[in-house]
Formats: sequence, C-alpha cells, structure tokens
Amino acid sequence: MPHTPAPETKSPRTPGADLPEHPDFLWRSPEPKKSYDVVIVGGGGHGLATAHYLAQNHGITNVAVLEKGWLAGGNMARNTTLIRSNYLWDESAGIYEHSLKLWEGLEEDLGYPILFSQRGVLNLAHTLQDVRDSVRRVEANRLNGIDAEWVEPDEVRKICPIVNTSTDIRYPVLGATYQPRAGIAKHDYVAWGFARRASEAGVDLIQDCEVTDFIREGNRVVGVRTTKGDIACGQVALASAGSTSVLTDKLGLRVPIQSHPLQALVSELLEPVHPTIVMSNAVHVYVSQAHKGELVMGAGVDSYNGYGQRGAFHIIERQMAAAVELFPVFARAHLLRTWGGIVDVTPDASPIVSKTPYDNVYLNCGWGTGGFKATPGVGWTFAHTIAHDEPHQYNAPFTLDRFVTGRLVDEHGAAAVAH
Amino acid sequence: MQLIECPWCGPREEIEFHYGGQAHVAYPQDPAALDDREWAEYLFFRDNPKGLFRERWSHAAGCRRWFNAERDTVTYQFTTVYAPQEKGTVTP
Repeated sequence: MPHTPAPETKSPRTPGADLPEHPDFLWRSPEPKKSYDVVIVGGGGHGLATAHYLAQNHGITNVAVLEKGWLAGGNMARNTTLIRSNYLWDESAGIYEHSLKLWEGLEEDLGYPILFSQRGVLNLAHTLQDVRDSVRRVEANRLNGIDAEWVEPDEVRKICPIVNTSTDIRYPVLGATYQPRAGIAKHDYVAWGFARRASEAGVDLIQDCEVTDFIREGNRVVGVRTTKGDIACGQVALASAGSTSVLTDKLGLRVPIQSHPLQALVSELLEPVHPTIVMSNAVHVYVSQAHKGELVMGAGVDSYNGYGQRGAFHIIERQMAAAVELFPVFARAHLLRTWGGIVDVTPDASPIVSKTPYDNVYLNCGWGTGGFKATPGVGWTFAHTIAHDEPHQYNAPFTLDRFVTGRLVDEHGAAAVAH
Repeated sequence: MQLIECPWCGPREEIEFHYGGQAHVAYPQDPAALDDREWAEYLFFRDNPKGLFRERWSHAAGCRRWFNAERDTVTYQFTTVYAPQEKGTVTP
C-alpha cells in the first residue's frame, strides 16, 4: 500500500499572540514652555500626525500638542480602524488616496509596528439603485487611479464566505464594490508611533492640558489659556474633532458642524472567520475582524447632537439585526463591549481643512465618521498648510468658505457609507 | 432607551421620535435681500453647544406632530418640551 503523507496540519494560532512588543521609549512628558512657534490643539491622531509631518517635512519642531485628556484617548481610541479611499468625488479621492499611500509606507516611516493589514473592503449593494451607484463609484475610482472593481454575488462569496448571499433575505446581496488595498491598522499603535516620532524630533506632547480660551490681538491669536497656564504661540492649529465647536465658539468663529455620537462595538474573541471588511449602507452595518479576533462593528451616527461619548441602545439593536441577517454565523457570538465617540459632521459630509478669518489660526475638523483613515493624509496636508500659510493641493477644496461660495464636496450618499 | 415627553401624547420611548435639529431657525423674512453669507448661515450654520440646546423633535410614530425641546447635549436629558408656537420656558 503506497504511503500517503499525513495532511499538513497547523497548530491553531492563538489570536493576538503575534502582537509586537512596544519599544522602551514612547514619548517625553515635558512641562509646557512659555511659548511655541506652533500650538496644535488636540492630541489625537490628526494632531499627532500633523506634529510629525511639521517636523519631518518642514523642519518645524518648536511645537506643542495640547491634549485635554490623555494622548489619543478620544475618537482615536474609539474608532473602528477602517482605511479605504473609494470615495466618489475627485476632491475626496485625492486626499483619501494620498492618505492610503502614506499608510502603505507608514510602518517604515514611523519605525513602529502599526499592524496595517490590507485585507480589502466590500461595499455591498442591495438594490438596483445601489448597484448603479456602486458601479458609478467604481468607474470614478478607476479614473482617479484607485483600485476598485465591481464583484458579483458569487465573487462576494469567494472573498468573504460567511456573507449571506442567499436571495431569500429582505435585502439580498446583488453584488459589491471591492477595493483590495483597503484595510485596517491598530489605532493605538498608530497614535503612539506618531507620538514617538514627534517627541523624538522635539515636539512637546502635553497631556491633561485643556485649552480654555484664546488670547487675541486684532486678527491674530497670540496665545492660548490652558489649565496649565498661558502659552504664547506663533500659529494655532485646531485638530480637536468632537470638541471643535467648543473652541471655535470662544474664537467667535462659526463653523458649520454638528457633533453626533457614533457608536461601535466588539464581539468576544473568535477564530479567524472574517477575512476582509464588509460594509453595507442599506441595512447599515460594517464589520471587520481585529488582529486579536474580535469582530469590530459600527453603523451610522445617532441622529441627535451629543457630546456624551455614548449613544442610544436602539441604534445598536438595529445594527445587530442587520449584522445577523448578513452574517448568520454571528447569531451565537457574544457582544463584549460598546462605546461611543463624538464625530463632527458637516452639511456636505466632507471635512474642513482650512485657513480661517484669523491670520494665524488653522482649522481641521468635520471628518464625521471618516477621520481615522485620513490620519496620515491630513497630517501631511495640514502641516503643509501651517508651514506655508496656504493649502496643500489635496486640502485646497476643503475650505471653510465653500459653504458660502457653494463649492460643496457632497459626499453624502456618495461616500460609500451613510453618516 | 429614554422616554421623551411628547406635549400631546405624554412620555413615549425614544424610538418613536425623529430628530429635527436646532429650533427657532426662522425662514428669512425677506429672502431676496440676503447675501451669500446670510444664505449660508440660514442653510448650513447651526449652533452646536456642549450643554443645553433647544431643538426640534417630531413624534413620528405617534401623533406625528412637531414640538420643541430643551435638552442637555452631554447627559442627553430633556429639561423641557413645548409646542412649536411657544417660545418655551427657557431663557434664550
């Protein structure tokens, strides 16, 4: 009898066992100096990335990042870590694709593991109109040099076998757009990587330091009042996401944003079952599986304005109903944890990365539900805007005055996800 | 899930209601006289306070009528509800 080799067996991989160790040095925690060339308000991903690129691309290192809580403890700690660039309009494609290209080299740039995993994103279509909108977006993406394809239900099943592609459900899967270069990264590591590099370069990262007011001289802001005393500054960059209105109100600057709770949740740790990212607007849920094994899920914002870093339970209930219909295998999974971040939403669902009526105040806000994926891209372009006192080509369309001129970048309904 | 007091139906569960954003944003009295900045203010700019906020709600799954409310945007607690034609008992 011929010898049959035993089938190759792999011992089960312990989820999370391959997470890297942190280096000894993360960042310094200095007392604030009396003055800085640039003060960045907000020590989240965007503020830290801006500080990093100010130092690296422009040699500007006399910089403070002021954070009212702990570093990257706001939306940066509360998002679902999805990274993609499959937006409809050229303006959005420009900045999100610039960001995705930076993500692709970020681990080397920061010298820090960020666990960027390009596992692709499927955006499901459930109606004929969804299909037409999706195909349109695929064509628009390809014209902008962004990887995108339209896939039929049988291909959806090949990419993510656990999606319910039966025709016997209320919102059958009629196909999907697929961006293979999309992915996830470990959000905390991303923040710490930027923080470490910025701190190494001389940037002061100051936590537990809330900006309570601005010291103005005519059309300039010459300093900020903080819970750690007054700090003089040459330029001020606001990158405080959900708290932007609280700050701009103190400047007498009216900004067209509304703050909403956005909830997310994770399941218990599961064996690898979900190889890609799946998003669905029509039934509204999105799912990926984190490195350790949790299913990470989110949906749309809660409808009302809120700053409470939590949302309503019925939103989660609807989202779970959608998830279980699309992924019947999730029915027996346990929900481990839910939380809420506060996102600042603009009327056209596009960000504001802009100069302001003040000579030396710069504004980065309004990213709504899309801020994490933009982290390196906005850091890069915002740093350029601050260093040159003029917009980078990729943030030039995202001015504050577009709401007056009418040059909106209307990503509502076009952005592949509903806000 | 919190109960919201409809001025006509009484307390009902949050899922019966639809949110309508900031209250007391009046349509311009003389629309033709507005410049671009003023139109933008009317269309796109709303208050976004951290704290008490007067806003519109509709009892969508009940009497389907609109009303105003004052609510805390940090605790999400409603402090008062009142009919649309009323100015409310709150200080503006």
